[in-house]
Amino acid sequence: MSRYSIFSLARNALSGHRNWPRQWRSPEPRREYDVVIVGAGGHGLATAYYLAKEHRIQSVAVLEKGWLGGGNTGRNTTIIRSNYLQDESAAIYEHALKLWEGLSAELNYNVMYSPRGVMMLAHSVHDNQVLKRHIYANRLNGIDNEWLSPEEAKRFCPPLNIGRNIRYPVTGAALQRRGGTARHDAVAWGYARGADGMGVDIIENCEVTGLRRGADGAVTGCDTTRGFIGAKKVAVVAAGHTSVVMAMAGVRMPIESYPLQALVSEPVKPVFPCVVMSNSVHAYISQSDKGELVIGAGTDAYVSYSQNGGLHVAEHTLDAICELFPEFRRMRMLRNWGGIVDVTPDRSPIIGLTPVAGLYVNCGWGTGGFKATPGSGHVFAATVARGEPHPIAAPFTLDRFRTGRLIDEAAAAAVAH
Amino acid sequence: MLIVPCPHCGDRPEIEFRYAGPAHIERAQRPAELSDEDWASYLYLRDNPKGLHFERWRHIHGCGRFFNAARDTVSDRFVASYKAGQKRPEIPR
Ligand SMILES: Cc1cc2nc3c(=O)[nH]c(=O)nc-3n(C[C@H](O)[C@H](O)[C@H](O)COP(=O)(O)OP(=O)(O)OC[C@H]3O[C@@H](n4cnc5c(N)ncnc54)[C@H](O)[C@@H]3O)c2cc1C
Ligand SMILES: [Zn+2]
Repeated sequence: MSRYSIFSLARNALSGHRNWPRQWRSPEPRREYDVVIVGAGGHGLATAYYLAKEHRIQSVAVLEKGWLGGGNTGRNTTIIRSNYLQDESAAIYEHALKLWEGLSAELNYNVMYSPRGVMMLAHSVHDNQVLKRHIYANRLNGIDNEWLSPEEAKRFCPPLNIGRNIRYPVTGAALQRRGGTARHDAVAWGYARGADGMGVDIIENCEVTGLRRGADGAVTGCDTTRGFIGAKKVAVVAAGHTSVVMAMAGVRMPIESYPLQALVSEPVKPVFPCVVMSNSVHAYISQSDKGELVIGAGTDAYVSYSQNGGLHVAEHTLDAICELFPEFRRMRMLRNWGGIVDVTPDRSPIIGLTPVAGLYVNCGWGTGGFKATPGSGHVFAATVARGEPHPIAAPFTLDRFRTGRLIDEAAAAAVAH
Repeated sequence: MLIVPCPHCGDRPEIEFRYAGPAHIERAQRPAELSDEDWASYLYLRDNPKGLHFERWRHIHGCGRFFNAARDTVSDRFVASYKAGQKRPEIPR
């Protein structure tokens, strides 16, 4: 792998930038690997990267039915934060946030992590109490999160309407300054390039259609649209398609798949300095470096695999955006799309072993897993390599739905992210 | 927005309805005899199929009644709807 630097930039400038090498190979699948990862989203690619880098397991393939990063990784609104309520969640999201801080250097790839601050709005006495409870819980876990009055919130985000005469007036806000955004595609590409450089095979247009098990019940590999690929271990990181893939091994999951939508506006000059979320009015917004306002809606009400979602769901979000930021009322929306998110009953992820020997799963990140990408890949790689849960992953077992030790972020988050 | 076929009122827009999860999940007759595995399965495990899905809806801004429907989760097209308490219809694939 050729390193990117000011010198490589200058060297390539001399040849008109026509001789940059490909960032990763496009190999033919081998007959067998130590580990096969199903799904080349950010989480699957990060898992491959840390397997090769930290656990020296280089006989790894990542199988992707479409193109790398074309699932939820390439469809999300890229909000990063770690101020979750429960201790277990705070631990894993903060682990990820610390990795974000050094990720561009680690990968030698600019993932454009931008800690511009994530501000969550309160609109009622109840919201104030909930957000303050989060702030105190976060502080006990050593995670930054601070309370702002409406005036302080407006100073931090000038476009915000803090008028008292709107339907849901802003009554305060919680601000995590280390939160922010990153470039979604670059995260997938950076991990892909890093993993490929250490010998990992990334195989696109290769859909897993079956999971084979031996006489002892353990997995032996995957049937795919490009033939059978043997594996000592199979790690499923298929987000919205988790239930479909796990059913191939006869495992039912506590997961339902819902469409989640986002939209972007026409690009404009920098007008929006941070990320603003409001759980009560179901809207979140930031501005990309290209200048588009990036707006996220809530999930549709029913399970679906159509990457689409109802128009009224997006409209509901735009109503809220227009009220909170009246100056955006006349902006045009350029694109609207959906992704299929894998939602668990307690809105916490599932990371770890399964009832089938050699089969591992990392899923259930639902509406908010982009922010966890580096941390998720890191602890999942350790779990797959050692055959036992990494301490940070340990509470997030599949078995918690039997024991009842749920990690309830459902009531705490109520909406996306 | 979907057009949802209420078996009592006919085709109506989705905003008149509430989705109420998978249909035909039966509560145990003798709950005290259930194992932890059975409880987990009843409470949390879901087929979540990519394809035909049997589900409950409630026509909350209409007749108010619960009913069941069969919908394709890839196209979101409704294939059938039937009254609560009726048997799951045979749907040719
Ligand atoms: C509109 C939207 C907005 C969001 N906003 C945010 C946000 O602001 N912040 C945040 O933290 N999170 C957000 N999320 C959630 C976040 O995108 C996901 O949790 C995260 O990206 C999941 O990453 P992943 O790598 O697990 O999944 P994906 O990127 O979806 O990767 C899974 C891959 O598996 C592949 N696959 C599936 N089945 C098979 C098969 N049979 N064989 C081979 N490959 C298969 C898929 O093609 C896909 O590429 C949002 C999601 C959406 C849809
Ligand atoms: Zn009706």
